[in-house]
Amino acid sequence: MNDDRPRFTLDDQEVAFTPGQTILEAALAAGTYVPTLCHHPEFAPHGSCKVCTVRVNGRTQSSCTTPAHPGDVVELHSEELDDLRKSLVQLLFTEGNHFCPSCEQSGNCQLQAVGYELGVVSGHFNPLFPTRPVDASHPDVLLDLNRCILCELCVRASAQVDRKSVFALSGRGITKHLVVNAESGRLGDTDLAVEDKAMSVCPVGVILRKRRGFRVPIGERKYDRRPISEVALDEAEGERR
Amino acid sequence: MTDLEKAADPSKLRRIAIEPVSRVEGHGKVTILLDDQNRVHQVRLHIVEFRGFERFIQGRPYWEVPVMVQRLCGICPVSHHLAASKALDRVVGARRVTRTAELVRRLMHYGQILQSHALHFYHLSSPDLLLGFESEPERRNVVGVLAAYPDIARQGVMLRKFGQEAIRITAGKRVHGTGSIPGGVNKSVSASERDELARALPQVLEWARLGVRMVAELHAKNRDTYERFGTVRSSLLSLVGRDGKLDLYDGVLRARDADGAIIFDGVEPDDYHAQLRENVRSWSYMKFPFIRSRGAETGWYKVGPLARIQNCDAIGTPLAETARQELMATSPGALIHAPLLFHWARMIELLHAAEVIGGLLDDPDLQGHDLTTSGPRATSGVGIIEAPRGTLIHHYEVDSQDLVTMCNLIVSTTHNNQAMNEAIRQVAREYLDGHEPTEGLLNHIEVAIRAFDPCLSCATHALGKMPLWVEIVDARGDVLQRLTRDGERSPG
Ligand code: SF4
Ligand code: NI
Repeated sequence: MNDDRPRFTLDDQEVAFTPGQTILEAALAAGTYVPTLCHHPEFAPHGSCKVCTVRVNGRTQSSCTTPAHPGDVVELHSEELDDLRKSLVQLLFTEGNHFCPSCEQSGNCQLQAVGYELGVVSGHFNPLFPTRPVDASHPDVLLDLNRCILCELCVRASAQVDRKSVFALSGRGITKHLVVNAESGRLGDTDLAVEDKAMSVCPVGVILRKRRGFRVPIGERKYDRRPISEVALDEAEGERR
Repeated sequence: MTDLEKAADPSKLRRIAIEPVSRVEGHGKVTILLDDQNRVHQVRLHIVEFRGFERFIQGRPYWEVPVMVQRLCGICPVSHHLAASKALDRVVGARRVTRTAELVRRLMHYGQILQSHALHFYHLSSPDLLLGFESEPERRNVVGVLAAYPDIARQGVMLRKFGQEAIRITAGKRVHGTGSIPGGVNKSVSASERDELARALPQVLEWARLGVRMVAELHAKNRDTYERFGTVRSSLLSLVGRDGKLDLYDGVLRARDADGAIIFDGVEPDDYHAQLRENVRSWSYMKFPFIRSRGAETGWYKVGPLARIQNCDAIGTPLAETARQELMATSPGALIHAPLLFHWARMIELLHAAEVIGGLLDDPDLQGHDLTTSGPRATSGVGIIEAPRGTLIHHYEVDSQDLVTMCNLIVSTTHNNQAMNEAIRQVAREYLDGHEPTEGLLNHIEVAIRAFDPCLSCATHALGKMPLWVEIVDARGDVLQRLTRDGERSPG
């Protein structure tokens, strides 16, 4: 990699970047993990989860949507930012019904892995325990909305890759929720197929292949052996090759 | 209504409550009504809350159930994990799981039996049995045993550890594992995992033998007390293997009356409801099951180690069978009904579990790769297992969209509800009646309850209306912290 590329400062490290890269992309490429939940290398940045928040020249920004500029001074880890990220993740835990021990996505779940990475050890806020029934109307797919963190990755994948627009978000603020584009509102009445991209992007355990849960033993799941900070860097590298 | 269940005029009586009953799993309460002369008028063991786990599981996908039911009880998660898996085997059409899957599940189950029995005897009950029912209460605990009998206490710890290792190896974790799934298991046992257990086994067998001998000697020293204490005659219920031998993982239901005559035998798990019914009483949340053909008044029975080793025709492992013969010889030609002999029976089962584990480890199919099987779907399934504390029944109905629509659980401790109540009434009659109640006398009541090793946590279906807590779990699935609705923290 040639070293004439422009640079910015990330905490106490100089990071070279390719013009057009976001701060998050440049950081990952330079081998620095940035926690995030709504970012997916194959999709345009979204900036909704705010977990990747950094300070750019003193201003708070989402690193996944902010392009890198030469000479920028970017703060990734500080007590304040680390606390902020932790609080955001805790809020996500309390907004939904996340019961890791009995969730089939445990060990493969990005929310759980990020929570662990950030040292989230308690829910902190009073859980809301919303009532959200599961949608099991599709013969091969279960939709468990108890765990949706509204990252819109499935929305993006279904629209941009599958060209089906099976999923959408509806409502605002606290009432915002995932809906299915069928008159009945039931997944079984959409043309979602198990091969669709939308099946494989959910960072938590909402969109699930039926009858597969718990088939992978503890010890062989995605984040069993290595933390997400390592897995994410590998994935970013794989993406660039 | 039985004697001492209900006092004629409770308003005139003095009420004593033992709450919580100590050194049992979960939270329960005993109330005793006495008159001015300390005559006992009423004795009850209550479960003071009920949390309706059955409803919680409705509407959830069936494959989640074996993992989710472990939250029913922090003490007996493995038993629920396996009973649910067995029930759901039927739903996915696995009438028989693969040989490897069965061996792995058996290893998990006998590991659980071993660790649970070790915990109960060495940790919860040995303080009474070794130090005395009325010994100094400050020292009547596991610390006291550790001081007075350090070797015995240490053996208990090591036995428990071995059982927990068998669980970890088969389920992936010591608690909240995932090893068993509808239709089979998600992993087999590697050669190195097997070797790890096999290396420890000879010592485990030796300690288990010493344990049986110790209980037999305690009995011989104090025979009259052991045989009379809280003794009430009743029927017995357990699974037995299809060959009539002791089998704690699978089989058919058999019941005997108090004299040993068969009431029913060869009852398939699916047909449990034709033989067993449950009753409710206003004063306890714990139900009262009974054998249908005998009726609610007299149809109650005992489950657990003492029921099992007398209900079967024989034990299929040599050391445990010899030990069983010795126990049966203390009561030639008659069934044993003494609660304190549960301890002896429990140690025989612990020895049996060690022997069974030895056999499983020798079986090359434990390393097999054929882990799951399935067949034509069914809409319901019943799974019955002999959990450490007794017969455990899980029954589910699953709809065509794969969601659970009905769940019925009868946990081990519930089967013993009436038997425990009768035992403490018997103890109250013999020891309390007419005496000023002291701590030592009240401990007699608890000793009788402890003999049954109740899990009141299970009996309460201790989970709560959905959802009661948030658990933060690390990537390996270990619970870092658990937060309950009222902000109370509990260790993971
Ligand atoms: S279902 Fe999954 S991918 Fe879709 S918005 Fe919710 S969390 Fe994101
Ligand atoms: Ni229990």
